[in-house]
Amino acid sequence: MMRKGLFTASVGMLLLASSALVQAKDFGTLKFATEAAYPPFNQSTPSGKIVGYEPDMVAELAKRVGFKYELVAQKWSGMIPGLVDGKYDAVVDAVTVTPKREEVVDFTHQYTVSVSGFVTLKGSALDTLPGNNEVVTAGDEAGMTKAIDALRAKFKGKTIAVQVATIQADFLNKYLADVATIRTYQGGPETFADLLNGRVDAVMASRTNLNAYVKKHADTVNSTGYGFVGGVLGQGSAIALRKNNPELKAALDAALVSMIKDGTLKQLSIKWFGENVAPAE
Amino acid sequence: MDFSFLQHTLVALLRGLPLTLNLAVLSLVGGGVLALLLNLLRQNRAGSYLARFYVWLFRGTPLLIQIFMIYYGLGSLPAVRESIFWPLLRDPYWCGLIALILNDAAYTSEILRGGLNAVSVQSLEAAKVCGMSRFTTLRRITLPIAIRQALPAYSNEIISMIKSTSLVSTISLMEMTGIADSIVSETFRALEVFLSAAIIYLLLTVLVSKGVALLERRLSPYYAGAR
Repeated sequence: MMRKGLFTASVGMLLLASSALVQAKDFGTLKFATEAAYPPFNQSTPSGKIVGYEPDMVAELAKRVGFKYELVAQKWSGMIPGLVDGKYDAVVDAVTVTPKREEVVDFTHQYTVSVSGFVTLKGSALDTLPGNNEVVTAGDEAGMTKAIDALRAKFKGKTIAVQVATIQADFLNKYLADVATIRTYQGGPETFADLLNGRVDAVMASRTNLNAYVKKHADTVNSTGYGFVGGVLGQGSAIALRKNNPELKAALDAALVSMIKDGTLKQLSIKWFGENVAPAE
Repeated sequence: MDFSFLQHTLVALLRGLPLTLNLAVLSLVGGGVLALLLNLLRQNRAGSYLARFYVWLFRGTPLLIQIFMIYYGLGSLPAVRESIFWPLLRDPYWCGLIALILNDAAYTSEILRGGLNAVSVQSLEAAKVCGMSRFTTLRRITLPIAIRQALPAYSNEIISMIKSTSLVSTISLMEMTGIADSIVSETFRALEVFLSAAIIYLLLTVLVSKGVALLERRLSPYYAGAR
């Protein structure tokens, strides 16, 4: 039922957008803000170019909708305020859709489904966390209780690193703050630096982000334990737009849906993540 | 203006005040002691070179880089991680405090040097003629004059250190600026939150400059005489 509803909605958006395309609305040059430090979603090359899943996706969106664009690097903690203030037109930085964020910005159709998980140091006391990479959905209450209880026992007295004001920080504060020390960092790379240095025992972030890191440091770190989705962790990531910009939202939505349908997004996902994280429809 | 939000923000920010004050006071005390030692080093040639090198190094580089060097730089060296200092350097609090102390010492030692130079040879000779011992001269003549001379410049340093504590928010310490930053990224209301933080810092610095002005008055003989 749910799936069918989404499908109908998508077709609706497609129709909306094709009419928008006929009118050929000129968006001028759009500025997309991204952190350029959240691989493989986005990262900067030594020469300063921003590359990744999202830059590729934005390039394709520009082609399909017909706008010029510019990618600007921006610190995560000021990302959404900057959008609201009009410093740029969109944020494309693995921003998960949450009710709190929906109060201040609009979101396009989602372009990844996100699972959040943990990375730990090999050979440490937390070498292997319970859960064996199984994914638990917030709706499954029995599964959640079992997974959280197992993690609480394991994390007792330990320190977990997380980026400030993320859905993972919300998750940790809700379920683990009373047994473990939660240390919040301004940026994602700092959490990993402190894991490698042995200052923290685990890092929590989205699995996509973690896997990219684990691939590079396979001999020192593990992606381990339960993965979580839904609840405080929201529903996957989308492009954030200023409110009251329905034309841009409709155009981007339609282009995203068409990219999901024809498999373009899946291809990009496999190129950057090595797995398909694109939504089904 | 959303007053309930402002009130909520102020309360949350004030939870970071103890850490801000803790870092400011301890870095000034530690930096002061180190500054005095640096000035004592200047008694001989080798020591003087060492003290000048220290001041050159820590005054010539940004505090933010010093914090990063101590926190991330030292932490990335296996030798440091296996040393007896690791329990200390593992903790962001100690890394932040050490960086603040080392930085403060460089500036304070220069301020103190200026103050000590301002003590005239005549007054020291007068003390000698009166038969004061070296320690009594230091206590009654040298230090009171040096401190009084250095005080206006030192009040700048106190204020500067209070504000410098905000930089440790970059190494995951939740003092006032760290808390402000996290509230902004949660509520997206940069103006109100940073304004509240700025007001608290302003009040702190007003208190400090008033306090130092009082102390200056007490240490000045022409005011003290009119008591």
